[in-house]
Order: sequence, then structure tokens, then C-alpha cells
Amino acid sequence: MTYLAKPKLLRADAPRNAVGYTRRDYEGAISTLCAGCGHDSISAAVVQACFDLDIEPHKVAKLSGIGCSSKTPDYFLGASHGFNTTHGRMPSVLTGAALANRELIYLGVSGDGDSASIGIAQFAHAMRRGVNMAYICENNGVYGLTKGQFSATADKGSKNKRGVVNSDTPIDLVALSLQLGATFVARSFSGDKEQLVPLIKGALRHRGPAFIDVISPCVTFNNHAGSTKSYDYVREHNEAVNRLDVILPRDKIETSYSPGSLRRVVQHDGSVLLLRKVAVDYDPADRVAAMNYLQERQTLGEIVTGLIYVDSSAEDMHRHLNTVEKPLNQLGDAYLCPGSKALDALNASLR
Amino acid sequence: MKPIQSSNDFVIKFANVNGSGSASANELFARAIMRMGVPVAPRNIFPSNIQGMPTWYEMRVSAAGWLGRRGGCDLMVAMNPQTWDRDVAEIEPGGYLFYDSTKAQPRSRFREDITVLGIPLTEICNREYSDARQRQLFKNIMYVGALTALLGIDFSVVEKLIADQYRGKDKLIGANVNALKLGYDHARANLPCPIGLRVERADGVGDKIFINGNNACGLGAVYGGATVAAWYPITPSTSVIEAFSSYCRKYRTDPDNGMARYAIVQAEDELASIGMVIGAAWNGARAFTATSGPGISLMQEFFGLAYFAEVPVVVFNVQRGGPSTGMPTRTQQSDLISCAYASHGDTKHVLLFPEDPYECFTLGAQAFDLADRLQTPVFVLLDLDIGMNDRLCHPFDWDDSRRYDRGKVMTAGMLDAGKNFGRYLDVDGDGIPWRTIPGTHPTKGAFFSRGTTRNAYAKYSEAGTDYIYNMERLRHKLETAKKLVPAPVIKPASQATRFGAIYYGSTSPAMAEASALLEAKGVHVDTLRVRGFPFADEVIDFIDQHEVVFVVEQNESGQLRMLLLTEGEIDPKKLIRVLHYDGTPITARFISGRIADALSEHKVTPLRKQVAS
Repeated sequence: MTYLAKPKLLRADAPRNAVGYTRRDYEGAISTLCAGCGHDSISAAVVQACFDLDIEPHKVAKLSGIGCSSKTPDYFLGASHGFNTTHGRMPSVLTGAALANRELIYLGVSGDGDSASIGIAQFAHAMRRGVNMAYICENNGVYGLTKGQFSATADKGSKNKRGVVNSDTPIDLVALSLQLGATFVARSFSGDKEQLVPLIKGALRHRGPAFIDVISPCVTFNNHAGSTKSYDYVREHNEAVNRLDVILPRDKIETSYSPGSLRRVVQHDGSVLLLRKVAVDYDPADRVAAMNYLQERQTLGEIVTGLIYVDSSAEDMHRHLNTVEKPLNQLGDAYLCPGSKALDALNASLR
Repeated sequence: MKPIQSSNDFVIKFANVNGSGSASANELFARAIMRMGVPVAPRNIFPSNIQGMPTWYEMRVSAAGWLGRRGGCDLMVAMNPQTWDRDVAEIEPGGYLFYDSTKAQPRSRFREDITVLGIPLTEICNREYSDARQRQLFKNIMYVGALTALLGIDFSVVEKLIADQYRGKDKLIGANVNALKLGYDHARANLPCPIGLRVERADGVGDKIFINGNNACGLGAVYGGATVAAWYPITPSTSVIEAFSSYCRKYRTDPDNGMARYAIVQAEDELASIGMVIGAAWNGARAFTATSGPGISLMQEFFGLAYFAEVPVVVFNVQRGGPSTGMPTRTQQSDLISCAYASHGDTKHVLLFPEDPYECFTLGAQAFDLADRLQTPVFVLLDLDIGMNDRLCHPFDWDDSRRYDRGKVMTAGMLDAGKNFGRYLDVDGDGIPWRTIPGTHPTKGAFFSRGTTRNAYAKYSEAGTDYIYNMERLRHKLETAKKLVPAPVIKPASQATRFGAIYYGSTSPAMAEASALLEAKGVHVDTLRVRGFPFADEVIDFIDQHEVVFVVEQNESGQLRMLLLTEGEIDPKKLIRVLHYDGTPITARFISGRIADALSEHKVTPLRKQVAS
């Protein structure tokens, strides 16, 4: 962590995006995480993604649970409202927030302890409910704030800093979210900004539950030999299925790739996901195939990254509930209160 | 033994098997008596079961309008062989037993001191109907017909009620009226009609309505402007949400496109329910959940978050018997402590205590204004007795000029005008800070909500001074709440007295009747009904003004008394417990008996006597 405040002065020629903001406008408070923490790279990727997408910061609500990862929303998008909730319960609070105002963009940030251990029920139900959100799990396989205990995503056979070997089966949140109905599922690595930024952009523009599992090594408690979530291990075992570009409706789509290796996915809002295929046979629109592929590669000890699944025609929770277009938190008294006449008629029926 | 003679003042109890369709027949009978202008207070006593277990419907008929449970039974309608012995034993001496006489019973199964009224219901049903389901359902209507004759109720009143109930379904009207008439005619031909218990036309119902508290809570939430409800099924609160859902479909469907101006989510558990409510309320929608004791236990951590992060949520807690799973289908007032100080650390919450469905509606709607004004959780504490039993009450009313009080919400305009925004800053001296709703302004007013400590500008801080500033402000805010919660209702005795009684919620009708019983014996007790917590000053003043105060409640440990002792710094000797907690609703006989005993046995010695001796 650093104690040096960032200078407030901004260069006059700092680049501005289409809504007039500089990259600095998407930053937040100074991070208090350990130097070199993967989570800070993810925060930087969120900043970059929001800047690139021309999102007005106040149109984003960022919510988190408890843990190192859940602290990070304080370190980006300082002009957005944020809510650091209770341990493992961010999904329900985010769901409620999304019910209240369907127009904001909801960014949920959680960790592996928060999502896969204490909060696995809420994680699961938010996915199956179709909450319109981008849910990022900053996954380091370890409890940092309480100094290095294994979490539920720690791989079997992985060794902790004290040399203890994990004997429990890991929970794969990517496999779980696929099974539960998430409609945008990706995995990435905090050390691979080039891959991560476009995935966050795609998730933010997706309508429905978008989940990104970001392997984010804990430099203090889980970056040693024998760990399966260290920088070195992940770099060695990373098996990317594709590379993503997100093209906004205003941008001209220019393709310089050979047609056979390219896949276009148009999302609800007109944005285009351009997928440069790495694994030739991989089809991110086929959920069952995606699940099989994940299992196959996992058996080989590989960590599949990239956009694993996307359903661009997904429906979200508001559609299921048939709620009015206007956000519920903006409906005035006249739209909510039936008034005394209705009450008189009701009274008459109760006699 | 002379049979009981009483007009418009008796208790009739139906002993049934649950799942047999008796509930609607019994309710039909209650409504018929009300159509005769005579107040009725029915109560379901039911098991935590779907089919086959004993269930009772106890109906108090009272021209005087006493709606509490009286205790005792003057006429038992014994339709359940499983509970025959205890049902027969429960009848008051001189009372009446109505039963299905198809199967002959030995004399030993009856009592000498009661009047036995038998009708071969099964035999008639088997003769008239071939379908098994019809035999069952019409047997119920048939006993309603027989009782109509036995109690001297106008046949046409019941007939019209059936016509109203099945309007548009003529086939059902004819079939039901036919069954009714079979029972009625048989009783008239074979039994001494009417018996000593009678229903005579009166004018005691007026414009009152008949509804249960859970439905009234659901309606209160609609009128209170709630748009988000998240919940998990639990007896006895489930029907709050069912009612909200049905009233929303009726009143909150957009007439242009059929879309919903509300969102209801059945969550995976109570933790998620309250989490969603907090998220929605944080984001500026009025939101609530409905639950009961076990749900309250599960929600504790989140209540602390809502208290500390200052999020306005509303919780309807329909209390049942605890602890643990306790008595899920029986009534109690045993969640006061777990709500008043819910969650770890130093917390205190606003509680409202409705006495009947009318107040479930008014306080239910008001809870949303209070939550927004105070930016804190507000608990509406009712119980199974009010929640799940239909009760005669004042008709609902609403002032159309009333506007929702959204509390201190800072708008973009205010921020642009340069207002100092500190999320946890007390600028008005009432402990209540200003808040902004997410998305309000592009550059101003955003803040980070958290359950960790922070300074007045919502920045993370573990500094002792920041922590103390915040805790003292919260305490001050809860002091402000005392003036905003509904004031207590004080009823002075007919003569000046040194004795007082404090009660709340569903105890209300039994307490009112107990006061009258005591007055008749020359025992004078002033009463105060608590309607809110933190206690208004009048509550503590009332205790100060009396030598001895009885605290009447329906739990084992005297939870309101504990709150009074702690919050009012009262001498414990001054507050005498009157506790009823077997799971049945408290009765007037119980309250007046306990108070009279306490006074006559000199357990309570008035101060002046002590001085004289």
C-alpha cells in the first residue's frame, strides 16, 4: 500500500472520453491493499473499462461483501455510490438495489471466501434469478484479512504458506454459474490486463447475470511454490479459449482478423463482442459444450480463461417480474397510493 | 343443572379435523351472526399440519362488542372424534353439545350437566350425496343450517350471505342453500329450537369491517408506498406477502400496459430477504419483508447493518410461540427483546405495536414514513392472534391530502446549490443525517455505505472520536424517534387510582374487557396501551404517576417490562408481571383474575396502608 496521495492536478491534455471524463474521474480512494496485490490490477481494469465504455460514474452502483476484494470498490469509481455490505451477502443487497432502479449499472465485487464459502447460497440464487449485473469474483483461494486460511476455491493438493496441503474439493464458481443460469460467464487473470479489460466491458454491457472469475494471486499469503493460485502457476497453466474486443455501437467495426478465427456477438444494447478464437473448436454460445470443455481442461490441470459462455438474448429479473420501465424508486405518490375511494370500496366488501 | 340462557353473549367452539373444509363453513356462520348486527370474534386454533390434525374455531358472540377471548365454551360443535373427550370436558356446566349422532355413543361419553343436541349429519349426507367430497363439504354447511335453527338466526340472512359469497356461480348457491336447508329443517323438526343461547337482531356491528391483520398489513404496505417486497415463507407471516401481492395486482398494475409498479421476490432464505430489502431501500425504494421469530433470528446481522449504515427498512414480524421452532401456529408476544436490540454491538430499533387490523393498516403504512424519516429499521410487531384471525375493526381510512414523508433526501438541486453534504453529519440537531440516492448527481453527493466505522463524511475511520460522534448521534436519533412513534393510548379508570396497567398489541380487547370486569368489582385501574418503542415520555410519566403498575403481556419473561425497566430506569418492584404464554390468546378473565388476586392477597400493598400499619 502507499501513503502518497495522488496529485489532484490534471494535465490539460489528459484524454477525455465521449462523455467528457478523464481516466482519473473513474479512480477512487488510495488502495490500502498489499503492494502487488492482484486485486489492485482488477480495480485498474474496472477503471479502464468504464472509461472506455463512456459510462458516467454516477450511473454505476458498486456493491461488495466483506474481505480484501470487497474493500476494492472504495478504490475505483469515487463518484459512484458504493455499498460494502455484510460477509457473503452482497448478491441479495445488489438484487434489492437492482429491483429499486433498473436504470443503473450494477457492479458486484466479491472474493472467493465471500462468494464460495459463506455466501454460496446468495451467489447461486442471484445467478438463477437473472439479476442484471456484472459480478466479479477476485479469486485468490485464501482468506487474506485473517491471515492465510484456505477458502472453498483452493485447489485440492494446493499448499498454504505454512505447508499445509488442502484436502477438500474446490468449488469452481465458473462451472457453478454456468449450471445456475448466468448468461455471461468468463474467467480471467489479474495479471492479464489485455484479456481482463474487454471481459469487464462485455460484462458491463451485458443484460442479465454476468460473472467473471478473476484469479488474483495473494502476494502475501498465496504466492509461494505449491500454491495453485500464484502468479507463476497461473501463467504456466493458463489456457485461453479466446480474446475479446468490445465494440460500441458508435464505433466502426473494422476487422483485421481472418474470418474463420472471428466470432461476432451482438448484445442487447447494440454493442458487439468480437471474439478472436484461440481454441479452434470452442463455441461460447453452447452452454453444455462449455461445461464439458471446462471439465476436460480441468482434468488436464489447465485453467480455462476467456469468454466461456454468452447468451446475448437473455432476459433479466425485471423482465421476469414484468416491472414497469420507470425505476420503482422514481414512482410518485399518485402511482403508488390507491387513495380513499378505493379504500371505501374495499371496506364495503369486508362487511 | 339449568341450561345456560343467554342472548347475544356466549362462546361457541367448533372442533374439526383440519383439511376437512370446515374453515369456510365456520366463517360463513360467523358472518351470519354479524349480519344479524351482533359482534363476533372468531379465532382459529390450528396445528402446524396440512391435513388430519385437530383444529378448533372458537367464536365469541358479544353484543357488548368484547372481541377478546373470553375463555370457556357454552356450545361445543364436536365434529372431531379424536378430541371428543377433551371437547366435551371443556363445556361450561349448563352448556350445550352439538354432535353428529349417526353413530350411537354410550351414555358414559356424555355429561349429565349439559344439553346434548344430536343430528345424524353423516347419515343425511350419505343419503343425499354420492360424491365423497360433496359429502364432506356439505356436512359442514348442514351443521351451519342446524345451528341457524338452534340459535334462532334468520334463515334468510344465511341464505343471502351464501348468495353474496358465490355471486355469479348460481350452481354453487343452489347446492349450498340446499345443504343449509337440510340441516335447518332437521333441527327444527327434531330438536328444541331455539335453545337457551340465542342470536337476536341488534345494532352492534355498525360500519365495522371484518378482516385479518396480515391482510391489513399487506394493504398498509401498498398505501404506505412500498414497491419492493422480499420474503421467505414462514407461518404465521406468509399471508402478509400474499395479501400485498394480491392488492398490488389490483391497485398497482399499470392500466396502460399491464406492467407491475412493484416487485416481489421470494428469496432463498430470510438473510437474502432482508438483504434485498436493504439494497432496495438504500437505492431509494420503499421496501419491506414479513417474517416471524426464526426469521428475525436469521436477519440479526443485517439489522445491525441497516441500523449502522442507516437504511430505512420495514419489517412486519408476525410473532408466534418461541424459542426455536417453538409453537409455529400459536400466538405470543415474545420477540420484543430480539427486535428492540437486534444485532451485535449497541443497537436500538423502532418498534410499533398495532392492536388490531385497523392499526395493522395505519401503523403499517406509517412505518414507511417513519423508516424514511429516521433512516433506520422499523419493526411492526403483531402476532398470530391479530395476524391470522379475522377481526371486526374500524373501517380503513386514508387522507388523500397526505404525502409520503421521504425524510432527508438531498437532491441534485440542493447539491448544486452548495449544501454541505456529510452522509453521517448531524446538521439539524436531531441526530438524523441527510442521504443521497445513488445516481443523484454526476459529481456530488456520492458516498460509500458500510458497516464499518467512518467519519461524518462516510470515509473509513477507526478513530475513537469519529466512532463516538457517530454513536452519540445515533443515540440522539433514537431519542428523536420517541416523539415520532405513535403516542400511547391512556384510559383512566372511573375513579382516581394508584394502580395502573400497561399492555400492547393483541392484548387490547381482553384488557378492555378486563378493565370493565374489574370496575364492576370496584377495582379501579388506569390503563396505558404502548404503541411504539423507544417509549414516548408519556409512558414513563404514567409509571411515575402510579404506585403499582401491572405489565400485561403474552410471553414468559415479561419482555415489555424488561424494556420499561431498562429504558425508563424504573424500580423493578413497581412493575408487576401479568403473563400469559401457553400459546392461546390472553383472556379478560385471566387478566382481571390476576390483577384482582394480586391486589386482594396483599401481594401488592398500597403505600398508604404500609404507612398506617
